Amino acid sequence: MKSKTDLMADLYKETDTDPHELQDPEVAHLVIEGNKVLGMQGVPGFHVDVRELEDGVDIKVKLDEGTKLRKPVHLCFGLYSDTGVQRIIMNVDIGKNSQISLLAHCVFPFAIDVQHIMDAKIRIGDGARYSYFERHIHSPKGGVKVYPKAVVEIGKKAHFKTEFELLKGRVGLIDIDYETICEDDGIVDMTARISGRDDDIIKVKETANLKGENARGLLTSKIAVRDRARAEVYNKMTATGAYARGHVDCKEIVQDDGVAVAIPIVEVHHAKAHITHEAAIGSVDSRQLETLMSRGLSEDDAVELIINGMLSE
Amino acid sequence: MGVLEAKNLKLQLNGKAILNNLSINFWDGHIHAVVGPNGAGKSSLAAAIMGLSGYRGFEGEVIFEGRSIKEMTIDERARAGITLAWQEPARFEGLTIKEFIKASAKDKSDEAIVNVLKQVGIDPVEHMKRAVDKTLSGGERKKVELASILALKPKVAILDEPDSGIDIESIERIFDAVRILKEGGTTVIMITHSLAVLDHAEHAFLMCDGQVVDQGGIGKIRKYFEGKCLTCDHKNLPLQEIGGQK
Repeated sequence: MKSKTDLMADLYKETDTDPHELQDPEVAHLVIEGNKVLGMQGVPGFHVDVRELEDGVDIKVKLDEGTKLRKPVHLCFGLYSDTGVQRIIMNVDIGKNSQISLLAHCVFPFAIDVQHIMDAKIRIGDGARYSYFERHIHSPKGGVKVYPKAVVEIGKKAHFKTEFELLKGRVGLIDIDYETICEDDGIVDMTARISGRDDDIIKVKETANLKGENARGLLTSKIAVRDRARAEVYNKMTATGAYARGHVDCKEIVQDDGVAVAIPIVEVHHAKAHITHEAAIGSVDSRQLETLMSRGLSEDDAVELIINGMLSE
Repeated sequence: MGVLEAKNLKLQLNGKAILNNLSINFWDGHIHAVVGPNGAGKSSLAAAIMGLSGYRGFEGEVIFEGRSIKEMTIDERARAGITLAWQEPARFEGLTIKEFIKASAKDKSDEAIVNVLKQVGIDPVEHMKRAVDKTLSGGERKKVELASILALKPKVAILDEPDSGIDIESIERIFDAVRILKEGGTTVIMITHSLAVLDHAEHAFLMCDGQVVDQGGIGKIRKYFEGKCLTCDHKNLPLQEIGGQK
């Protein structure tokens, strides 16, 4: 039986992150394997409370009003075994005029039949800035089903930014469901970058309600599907506030027998609001492909490079 | 000695003859220019040699170093030693200049990439991490593409309109890069209708209506091209329609 420290080090090694970063007293962190807390550290103004559940954890996070964390908070959720369920319930309360950036690694390196369910409620106080970067490391076998769900309330002049990215391994199933409500002068910026292959399934549903006057929104999806993988992107942006501005952008590359569906929905309920959308689905650009092949790259390597570039943009 | 030879190439696109029984022979280690008016078939010849999609169904042969490359894919031709720089280089979202050059470079070290960027007049410090996308001007993308060819060190480099989109101040850098390629043993084929480019070649072919109609020293071809082709208004009508005009 591995010690908590060894297990934590193993999980972190998969993320290519130096586990020594967690020893920095200025870096708050929370590391959870299954339903067990392997490590936890707070910093002044940042409070975490974790309750174990049978199949996961219930986490309450609070950032005090006016607290600005200089260094990102490290979160690591994972299952080191090949089967099981990890359910994360998160309640996040970000105080007014505070600032926090969270780097969340979700690690399932040996999954054959694993479910990771995240159910988050996030309240971002007026004038606060909240960034959440979710990086996944999956098994190469694709035996992971991931259900990240969040409802986010963005206060006046508050800023919410999130990025979802699969760093290693196969998708399995990813079913993202994020809903945001943005008050006056608030900003929402959500990005998903995912590449699927074999029989992976990618579902992205991101909703931005630009309720407040002068609210701003950007929904970006960069998806690639190869082999028999399937992607469905339903991005919806609604503007009800005067001078609300937003853009929905979806780019999907389809290779082999992959299938990509993009349904951008934009709704404007105010004459002084404005939303645009752009969706492009297709194969890899032939000029790009032929350029790289004329430099000696095989077709597969050229496609890989083009897709990686598109996803990293 | 010929390194790359096209024999009796015939290619039709949309029912129109683009290459008309064209034969051409490029000498090893030389800087060649293929000149001709717009629509003469110069870029189509380049595309057929590289094996680009839409240009593979030709009659005739393309011989490289004594063997046919007609059945080879683009990457097989490239690995054999032939490469092409497009007139309008591709844009790559998210792919940095460093990654783009490194993908094809023989020497993948940072030092080598810095070196080729300097050779084409691109500041490596400012540009290495920039993407090869719409934020670069057309001229910058041309230089980056040329840098990638310098890094590749091919046996044959086909440069389609190498001066297109390049500002006057940078044009000499392009010709410097052509000289560097030659010094490294690369046979350079410049596709052009620019007299400035023609002047930097050692040997030229004149194309019209999908055929090579003349070849020889730069002075001879320049005189004919400048005097007759640039003023010609037949717009590459088939030879039989223009009779003895050429």
